[in-house]
Amino acid sequence: MSMKKLELYVHIPFCEEKCRYCDFLSFRADDSEKKAYVNQLIEEIKAQGQNYGEYLVSSIFIGGGTPTTLSGIWILDIMNAIRENFIVETDAEVSIECNPGTLSKSKIMHIKKAGINRISFGLQSSIEEELKELGRIHTYKDFLQSYQLAREYGFTNINVDLMSGLPNQTIDSYKTTLKRVCALKPEHISAYSLIIEPDTPFFDKYGSEEGSLLLPDENIDREMYALTKNILREHGYERYEISNYAKLGRECRHNIGYWTGVSYLGLGVGASGYVMNRRFHVESDYRKYMSVKMQQDITPLYRDLEELDIKANMEEFMFLGLRLTRGVSRHEFNERFGVDMFEVFDRQIKRNMMLKLMEYNSPNLRLTEKGLDLSNMVMSDFLLD
Amino acid sequence: MIVDQSKIRNFCIIAHIDHGKSTLADRIIEKTGLLTSREMQSQVLDNMDLERERGITIKSQAVRTVYKANDGNEYIFNLIDTPGHVDFNYEVSRSLAACDGAILVVDAAQGIEAQTLANVYMALDHDLEVFPVINKVDLPSADPDLVASEIEDVIGIEAHDAPRISAKVGLNIEDVLEAIVAKVPAPEGDPKAPLQALIFDSIYDSYKGVIVFVRIKEGSVKKGDPIRMMATGAVEEVVDVGYFGAGQFIPCDELSAGMVGYITASIKNVKDTRVGDTITLNNNPCEKALPGYKKVTSMVYCGLYPADGAKYNDLREALEKLQLNDASLFFEPETSLALGFGFRCGFLGLLHLEVIQERLEREYNLDLVTTAPGVVYKVFKTNGEVIELTNPSNLPDPSEIEHMEEPIVSAEIMLTKEFVGSIMNLCQERRGIYLGMEYIEENRAILKYDLPLNEIIYDFFDALKSRSRGYASLDYDLKGYVPSKLVKLDILINKEEVDALSFIVHADSAYERGRKMCEKLKEEIPRHLFEIPIQAAVGSKVIARETVKAMRKDVLAKCYGGDISRKRKLLEKQKEGKKRMRQIGNVEIPQKAFMSVLKLDED
Repeated sequence: MSMKKLELYVHIPFCEEKCRYCDFLSFRADDSEKKAYVNQLIEEIKAQGQNYGEYLVSSIFIGGGTPTTLSGIWILDIMNAIRENFIVETDAEVSIECNPGTLSKSKIMHIKKAGINRISFGLQSSIEEELKELGRIHTYKDFLQSYQLAREYGFTNINVDLMSGLPNQTIDSYKTTLKRVCALKPEHISAYSLIIEPDTPFFDKYGSEEGSLLLPDENIDREMYALTKNILREHGYERYEISNYAKLGRECRHNIGYWTGVSYLGLGVGASGYVMNRRFHVESDYRKYMSVKMQQDITPLYRDLEELDIKANMEEFMFLGLRLTRGVSRHEFNERFGVDMFEVFDRQIKRNMMLKLMEYNSPNLRLTEKGLDLSNMVMSDFLLD
Repeated sequence: MIVDQSKIRNFCIIAHIDHGKSTLADRIIEKTGLLTSREMQSQVLDNMDLERERGITIKSQAVRTVYKANDGNEYIFNLIDTPGHVDFNYEVSRSLAACDGAILVVDAAQGIEAQTLANVYMALDHDLEVFPVINKVDLPSADPDLVASEIEDVIGIEAHDAPRISAKVGLNIEDVLEAIVAKVPAPEGDPKAPLQALIFDSIYDSYKGVIVFVRIKEGSVKKGDPIRMMATGAVEEVVDVGYFGAGQFIPCDELSAGMVGYITASIKNVKDTRVGDTITLNNNPCEKALPGYKKVTSMVYCGLYPADGAKYNDLREALEKLQLNDASLFFEPETSLALGFGFRCGFLGLLHLEVIQERLEREYNLDLVTTAPGVVYKVFKTNGEVIELTNPSNLPDPSEIEHMEEPIVSAEIMLTKEFVGSIMNLCQERRGIYLGMEYIEENRAILKYDLPLNEIIYDFFDALKSRSRGYASLDYDLKGYVPSKLVKLDILINKEEVDALSFIVHADSAYERGRKMCEKLKEEIPRHLFEIPIQAAVGSKVIARETVKAMRKDVLAKCYGGDISRKRKLLEKQKEGKKRMRQIGNVEIPQKAFMSVLKLDED
């Protein structure tokens, strides 16, 4: 019998500086704090490893925060701990998020040595004023250096994160960023539009009605959105998910796992997981996380543990799978649930097809271009009563 | 049981909001030993959750305690708590009529405020003996001497010997108790005379039927007596009489002149026991009823609809239950093209409406859609017929209307001199007719205006408070009907008229209101896949228009670290939002849009 597939997500909650739009679990810390966290994380990895003997790890994603604020040797320690305590596929996809201002030669060497084979750069923009307003610690030049460094050290799978809808951003400046990045030929590009989240400095500045006037207006925002699709297509990037584009065969396997119901284990403070049909996240209070004694039964550390029923499973199958441009497979649905998708979601499918938000190309049901633009509307429809 | 009248004290507490009325009531109950402090839930008298939350009293409450005074005698205290809002002015006046004295609570830091005065005058009008208590002397900013002189200067009652207390920490409460004994007059009345009992409230109990709260003015009443409500004519046999413990009814043999208590008589409907009515004995009636009775009529109407059409019967049952306890709540079934089956409901005022709405939602777990409140208009038709219009949709065709009349109230606004200008402006804006101004002392005046009721039901009270920094108080009485140039404003969404959004408005403000209404609806109606015109029209003439642009983008771009639960929550919220929509043609309208006409003046 083959082993079960598992993805690992590792959360590093530290940043040099908190970006002004970020509502994620991250903060500044000194080296001794970081070291303590790495130790605790390794304890968690050791404890969890004992529970996942029948699983084969197909991908690892080290995210944050900024994982690369850790010194290279600690990153290596973490990866070694994972390999010692989990069974990791030889050609597993192993990604790390990297803030361009935090990469040195020695760090990239350690990253390489740790067996990490994919780097995701949080560039966001190539325009200095835009970076400054976001509260990023790096310049475009810093990014170019880091990117070059990664290529020099043999990284052949690189992602660049970009954002549209930024304060002071214009169609032209966004176009410049897109073209500059395409010219570098990364294998993968993620393009998001800015979301103003509550409890961030950006919310205070742009969250109000007057504040929102400082952001690109809706027409410009939409134009940027269209621009992303067109320019990236011209440069050979295929859109495979709502905000993700890749050269052929370079889609992020880890992310696709999220949308297709692959099990994943979250490690580190606040990290989400989905294993054995249960969703949960690790304790997100940093001090509580740090004070726990790690042991094999790790469930006391889990929060919001939720067992999915058949209804929730079906809903997720749809609203997650539909994020992918290839859509969801009717066969697969039938295999998994023993019923026809077109029966369970009869009203929703008919309605959205009539509105031209969805199309069916046997056996796949997927969002149209317009449907992708209005995906929240369609997906919320797929929550059953 | 023979009760010595000279040992009874019937009183109420009057105070400005937040000056500590309920806290003092709690202390009095606690100190007289009715409850130990451990049993005390804070503010015993406000027994609805809603009352405690809003800090206002809606129903009258009464409690009886026994106090052993320094003179060695035991006194019976009947403390009657009164509602605190202009909507319930009539109920307040009846509760006051049941008392012989009133404790005036004044905040030692804030001094006298407008509402304090209005309440004091009402108490004095009812010949109550009013004595002051200065509360919150424990506050650092307290200045009891200054407040005492202010009371003497402004109200003209003795205050230098007023008890100086802190109800919160329980300081000097004994002084208050002794003052009640010394200053509140003992009731009078002949226990042998024909019965005269004043109804100051009634509640419905599913076991006992209606429980009537009374003050016996003359005579006495006991179990088995046949009684008659003089205004409604209802006759019943008394099942039980008694007095009010803390949160419970304690039966006794007889209630006699001077006493406060309850009567049950297997009465099925509170409508038979109207507040202010007089109860007498059917076989030995008194000559005439006690003065002051008024039949309470609804001043404000609106449509109440269940958000979920299947809950229509639940809503009806809930309204029936509330009506058992609230004779001033009126309702009858109506239908709307937009909202389906619901009820047209009548209320004493906007606060009363809000209270009922909140109780339906909270106590009966109903989700409601409320249409814009309106007043009762009189429509004189060319054929001589007169319609009392409570629902704008029922307005006859303009060709059949000879003229229309709207209700006006005579309003008295008490305020300090500095705000006279801005409040006069406010009344002017609301089509008020200035009748005069009286100075009650150097710095304080009463403005008298006739105001159309439909101009004051929405937000007049708020505007008054904000333009006078809380210092003006409003009192009004329905004066009558006057002819007025009124029109019906219709709202069309995606070219379809939405009946539940129509309202009656003065012709001169139609354009302004229509424009604001369209703007508001534009904010409330979410984008659809197509463009939606919103129009305001009088008859066939469109007077304002806005457009909700088509939606082109609705994406949650990022899904951090596999946090699917967060994603699901967002989608659920979106779906939940959709559920709260009403489908009108192709357009989904959020339910709260139907209330938006209320908030036109908020900017």
